[in-house]
Amino acid sequence: MADLVSHPDEVKVVSKRFGQGAVNIDRYLELDGYKAVQKALTMQPDEIINLVKNSGLRGRGGAGFNTGLKWSFVPKQSAKPKYILCNGDESEPGTCKDRLIFEHDPHAIIEGVMIAGLAVGAQTGYIYVRGEYRYLLEIVQKAIADAYAKGFLGKNIFDSGKTFDIYWHGGAGAYEVGEESALMESLEGKRGIPRIRPPFPAVVGLWGGPTVINNAETLASVPHILLGGAEWYANLGSPKNGGTRLFCLSGNLNKPGVYELPMGYSLKKMIYEVGGGIPNGRKLKGVVPGGSSVAILTADEVNADVAMDFDAMLKAGSMLGSGGVVVLDDTACIVNFALRTIKFYKHESCGWCIPCREGTDWLQKTLIRFHSGGGVKKDIDNMYYLAENMLGRTFCPLGDAAAMPVIAFVKKFRQEFEDHLDGKPCPFAKHSGAQQSPVMA
Amino acid sequence: MKFSDKFEKRFTEMLAHYPTPRSVLVPTLLYAQDEVGYLSDEVIAELANRLSLTELDVRNVISYYSMLTTKPRGKFNVQVCTNIACMLRGGEELMEHCEQKLGIGNKGTTADGVFTLEEVECIGACSWAPAVQVNYDFHENLTPAKLDKVLDECRKRIG
Ligand SMILES: Cc1cc2nc3c(=O)[nH]c(=O)nc-3n(C[C@H](O)[C@H](O)[C@H](O)COP(=O)(O)O)c2cc1C
Ligand code: FES
Repeated sequence: MADLVSHPDEVKVVSKRFGQGAVNIDRYLELDGYKAVQKALTMQPDEIINLVKNSGLRGRGGAGFNTGLKWSFVPKQSAKPKYILCNGDESEPGTCKDRLIFEHDPHAIIEGVMIAGLAVGAQTGYIYVRGEYRYLLEIVQKAIADAYAKGFLGKNIFDSGKTFDIYWHGGAGAYEVGEESALMESLEGKRGIPRIRPPFPAVVGLWGGPTVINNAETLASVPHILLGGAEWYANLGSPKNGGTRLFCLSGNLNKPGVYELPMGYSLKKMIYEVGGGIPNGRKLKGVVPGGSSVAILTADEVNADVAMDFDAMLKAGSMLGSGGVVVLDDTACIVNFALRTIKFYKHESCGWCIPCREGTDWLQKTLIRFHSGGGVKKDIDNMYYLAENMLGRTFCPLGDAAAMPVIAFVKKFRQEFEDHLDGKPCPFAKHSGAQQSPVMA
Repeated sequence: MKFSDKFEKRFTEMLAHYPTPRSVLVPTLLYAQDEVGYLSDEVIAELANRLSLTELDVRNVISYYSMLTTKPRGKFNVQVCTNIACMLRGGEELMEHCEQKLGIGNKGTTADGVFTLEEVECIGACSWAPAVQVNYDFHENLTPAKLDKVLDECRKRIG
């Protein structure tokens, strides 16, 4: 459904089968499908884990944790069953990539779940798809059924004597459920309230059993690593950041879209070349480089050229996050953008812990008043102070996700906040997104 | 309480997928809502009974998930994303346009029960913004004129 784009700098690994009809299991088989899991069946669990570890694959859900290392935390012996849980809750504003994998290559996710299962000794996997993605849930349901029909799932898979089952699961609208411990609560039929850690899911997860939780793109990358090798995958990216990643380019760009680029690709090139630059002769104001939770980078910071990998982004004071790259031109009002961002976190906060519940509420109240001309000078410092005090003090990282962008907006665009003081109308009010951005046909 | 055969088949199948029956709750609530239109007292009582939960337990879960509703909605739920990527490309203007055209505000339903309007958070269509979901269908790269066409089609479908 969603349009595909392409650019010569792309290196297609996860997106290799997009547009190739691979939802059909026979077509998927023609395109090297289910070869990786058969290879995994000939390997020792530790061999699989080391291969994935050495490939430098890091979690595509946001935190960027080394995937092989995460798998190695699962205890070898466990009285309770172990589980693999694929996180397809994709709800971080700016992020729309897992959707394409589910739509075009669902069997790659199934294969990734199976390989993860073989690596940690699990026999059951769940694929959780957000409730809004109903058409994708139907694709996943069919893909699982087709895999069972071929005997790829169930008992004695590929004559190995091993059993592996995969089940689908649908959400019903909640960003917070994307957080791994809330995801497990949701799958167990409860409100998505996060769990305290430790114990970590790798030790105590679903129904108390050791559980590996990975993002859909992470899991879809695994079969390619098994077939291509750790070295090949690692060399596609930058040091300690193996492979490629789906970057979701959005906002004020000439050619928004989801592009697969090597880890460490230049952010500047991503915007001016891959994304086709800023429309209507406008100038770049800033980029939110990793979904709405991360600190904005100013045009100067972007133009100084930063590499899009986990470590370089952290060094630049932001985060690579979820792969959502949101571009703002100089007609965008940062105060209004901050307000929209915080409205989201206020809405999605599960209310379980006070700093997050009250913090997001106060930030929203202040920003609403501030943007409509009722701001006073000390609001600016108060918002900053409030956000700083949320950091690291919440039960799960949703509080951080709300605080980090606010801190950056205030710190980097203080002048814009001051321009809204003394009852002045929003200086950007006459420019609206609708008038300024060309909408693609 | 009668659900469709498809619903019942799926429900039975799902129960076998988990060690605890309660795990089927969230997806089942959404499927039930799709059939009945909303989560009525009757639906809640029925599912609570089937899963050996209290009605309060079920209501607690319902109130957490944004797609679940205990109030009837219009036939077409028009969900306009105004989150950041859509906002930068006219999402807020689309929302205003819908409010004017349909004569209702956020979460309102037209008097004829055809449309409900809802401002929603990111629906995963950021690279094709601005985007709107009508029930489960995505409509992307929208302008007010294109959205008008979508809404007119909806009206035609109910004749
Ligand atoms: C509030 C919040 C929302 C999250 N949403 C998602 C999500 O929608 N999808 C996802 O894969 N990870 C999400 N994460 C990250 C998960 O907690 C988890 O780290 C991830 O699924 C692990 O997979 P990975 O190692 O493959 O990245 C979220 C985290 C937080 C704190
Ligand atoms: S921000 Fe509107 S779909 Fe993501």
